Amino acid sequence: MKVRANNYIAIEFPSRSVNEGLARAAVAAFAAQLDPTLDELGDIKTAVSEAVTNAIVHAYPQEIGKIALRASIFDGNVLEIVVRDWGRGIENVEKAREPLFTTGGEERSGMGFTIMESFMDTLAVRSKAGKGTVVTMKRRIALRPARR
Amino acid sequence: MRDKKSRRDRLYSKTEALQDTEKEGDAVDVFTKDAGRELTLTLRGELDHHGARDVMQRMELALDAALPLRLVLDFSGVSFMDSSGIAVVMRAQKRMRALGGSAVLRQVPPQAKRVFDTAGIFRIVPLEEGEKSDEGQSK
Repeated sequence: MKVRANNYIAIEFPSRSVNEGLARAAVAAFAAQLDPTLDELGDIKTAVSEAVTNAIVHAYPQEIGKIALRASIFDGNVLEIVVRDWGRGIENVEKAREPLFTTGGEERSGMGFTIMESFMDTLAVRSKAGKGTVVTMKRRIALRPARR
Repeated sequence: MRDKKSRRDRLYSKTEALQDTEKEGDAVDVFTKDAGRELTLTLRGELDHHGARDVMQRMELALDAALPLRLVLDFSGVSFMDSSGIAVVMRAQKRMRALGGSAVLRQVPPQAKRVFDTAGIFRIVPLEEGEKSDEGQSK
């Protein structure tokens, strides 16, 4: 059964690195309605940054391609973020998720998936070589007593 | 003619893609302070993949010019950092080892600290606590 989101945003942008900041800011602004703490917001921004950077660096290494970002809010104060690309795909997802594994050379640390995993409650990666990748992350924002 | 043009367009978009990270934008500022054999680099702005290449290049230039024995990376002005910052610090550490010196981190804000902690960076490049990076402070 598919659960309907209470609210969502969907944006699409070319895989230019200048859009990394935009993607983080858009999700942060959307997530604000869940009244997250600064720490929670920092975690969400970091995870979005990692997912979008992966798509820019690895999905489209030689060309500019399309990236779709969707953020949704579900019952129970749950924020879901989906980052989708139609790039070259990940041949071995399990390997790619290992800490320090990277094909990105000296400029990358190989910690992207590890950070997404530890900063979010759940992380799912679906990928097909030559077809693209879908990264889905969820994080429940704690209800705070000060909240109405 | 038409063929030529579309080919040029393709080439253009490829070059554009490669140069993308070098464009001016929200790139991180790097401030250099050279005191004897100690070099302090203060980073300011959002340190992500978009800004990291530029930071690395400027760091390399500063290191080549100063050849320090100790490098202090001051993160006090970093408003956001993702794993790109880890790559910057690892590069710094590698370069300082090659110079026979060491690197330390200073004034790392909570968000960046969480990213460093996840990677266990402080076990490799220590975090120097408490010290303010004021001029003329004695050691």
